Amino acid sequence: MIHARLDLSYPGFALQADLQLPARGITALFGPSGSGKTTLLRCIAGLERATNGLLRVHDEVWQDGAIFLPTHLRPLGYVFQEASLFPHLSVRRNLEYGLKRIPPEQRKVQLEQVVEWLGLNRLIERDSPAGLSGGERQRVAIARALLTSPRLLLMDEPLSALDAASKREILPYLERLHSELEIPVIYVSHALDEVARLADHLVLLEQGRVIASGALNEVLGRLDLPTAHLDDAGAVIEASVAAHDEEYHLTRLDFSGGSLWVSKVERAIGSIARARVLARDVSIATVAPQGTSISNILAARIGGIQDEGPDRVNLRMSVGSGQMLLSRITRRSRDQLGLAVGMEIFAQVKSVALIA
Amino acid sequence: MDPAFSTADLSAIWLTFKLAAVVTIILLLVGTPIAWWLARTRSWWKGPVGAVVALPIVLPPTVIGFYLLVAMGPGGPLGHITQALGIGLLPFTFAGLVIASVFYSLPFVVQPLQNAFESIPERALETAATLRASALDTFFSVVLPLAKPGFLTASVLGFAHTVGEFGVVLMIGGNIPDKTRVVSVQIYDHVEAMEYASAHWLSAGMVVFAFVALLALYTLNPTGKRK
Repeated sequence: MIHARLDLSYPGFALQADLQLPARGITALFGPSGSGKTTLLRCIAGLERATNGLLRVHDEVWQDGAIFLPTHLRPLGYVFQEASLFPHLSVRRNLEYGLKRIPPEQRKVQLEQVVEWLGLNRLIERDSPAGLSGGERQRVAIARALLTSPRLLLMDEPLSALDAASKREILPYLERLHSELEIPVIYVSHALDEVARLADHLVLLEQGRVIASGALNEVLGRLDLPTAHLDDAGAVIEASVAAHDEEYHLTRLDFSGGSLWVSKVERAIGSIARARVLARDVSIATVAPQGTSISNILAARIGGIQDEGPDRVNLRMSVGSGQMLLSRITRRSRDQLGLAVGMEIFAQVKSVALIA
Repeated sequence: MDPAFSTADLSAIWLTFKLAAVVTIILLLVGTPIAWWLARTRSWWKGPVGAVVALPIVLPPTVIGFYLLVAMGPGGPLGHITQALGIGLLPFTFAGLVIASVFYSLPFVVQPLQNAFESIPERALETAATLRASALDTFFSVVLPLAKPGFLTASVLGFAHTVGEFGVVLMIGGNIPDKTRVVSVQIYDHVEAMEYASAHWLSAGMVVFAFVALLALYTLNPTGKRK
């Protein structure tokens, strides 16, 4: 468990955060720029000193009253927005920089292991990081942080400085981090698709304050939060790969609320998958639709309705046990269909993105 | 024809290089923390301290020499200290010359170092801290290597500038053979005595030295190479 109660103020900005975060999985700090997410991360790292604070990570106190553990004594890894590799050191010596400073008995990972893991076999012999691409540099930076065997990994928008191709290159590595590593990760982002893909726990920040903190789905499913107003608002469904249809090149995902067909993916039957369904891709029918090209139709119950601008409404629906869908429809459709909280309806899902 | 350099000339050359070497080493030790502080501080004192360090660039050397002479003299604060410590008085000694030269050449060492330190991004220091390096460790493993060109410039300029000083030497050290008579003073003596040939040899030597030093600096330290 990570407990952070941190206050810090600058002229024109005040951070007042009080958070309990799980000690496993990826926690995303999400919010618009200026919401204080990076400042909060820097306070946790000790790069910024919160004037008033309590910070406990696992059983260790990092800050409390007069106690302030300097950054270099905190067993954390930090990945900055730009890779920040040391230009005077070769790629290998960059990787070894932190490793060398950890007593051997505290090392939980080997250099070769991490190099293999982040696909750095060809890059490690480079004399200088100068010739590396943005994505490669960031992979080296992540590996360098992991080699300190951190008990907490902090990532400050590690993808935001990268172009789309580099992002695609690096995301699979972050997902492996998620599935194979036992280190809790706090991940700062202002991109909802990244958060939906990687996070287990979501913290929303606005103007230096925590406005929501909870399991990813729970927070994404709330209509009263800013995330519901985003253009790419939507829910995430955890499912398992159930079957492949070779003839039509489709894959079926099963979850407690039914099945979803997506374009065929090379995944083992039974593996866990995460699918993202955007609110704007879900339409509503009050009777089971007939003669439709939409193949993903789920029985759902309306859990909440909230106006979204002058012409639209957002709906929250529960499907199966504990899973959620969002839908954005016009206000007129709501009235014509007489939709109300508690109604049993059918959600027609036009598009599903398999994100992990 | 006489040999190019007389014994007195050679003694002056040796003394000059000894002085410059000692002064450069002291300046690197003293100048590094000052430059680091100037490069990183947000204190109100940054301006005044920076200006004091830069004073020798604009002041006539005789002014610096005069005040140092007063300070090191029997009634001056430095003079009191050195006498209390049993060292005696510093004017007209090699040690006095070293102290005066340190003040005189300070900006030529501090400013290149300060520029080098300022060009190191805060992020590099933060990165080192997140990789478990203490502040001192970071200084040696990140700052020093990244500021290497700045140290080279500072050493060459500090050394060359000390070799070339004249006014301060005359004020503090006078003109004592083997103790304080450096090359620039020796040249002055030759000219006073109308020994133009000897003055030529030493002067040409100084020109060559200055040229080689600066050439080395510009060749070894090409600007715009670092990202």
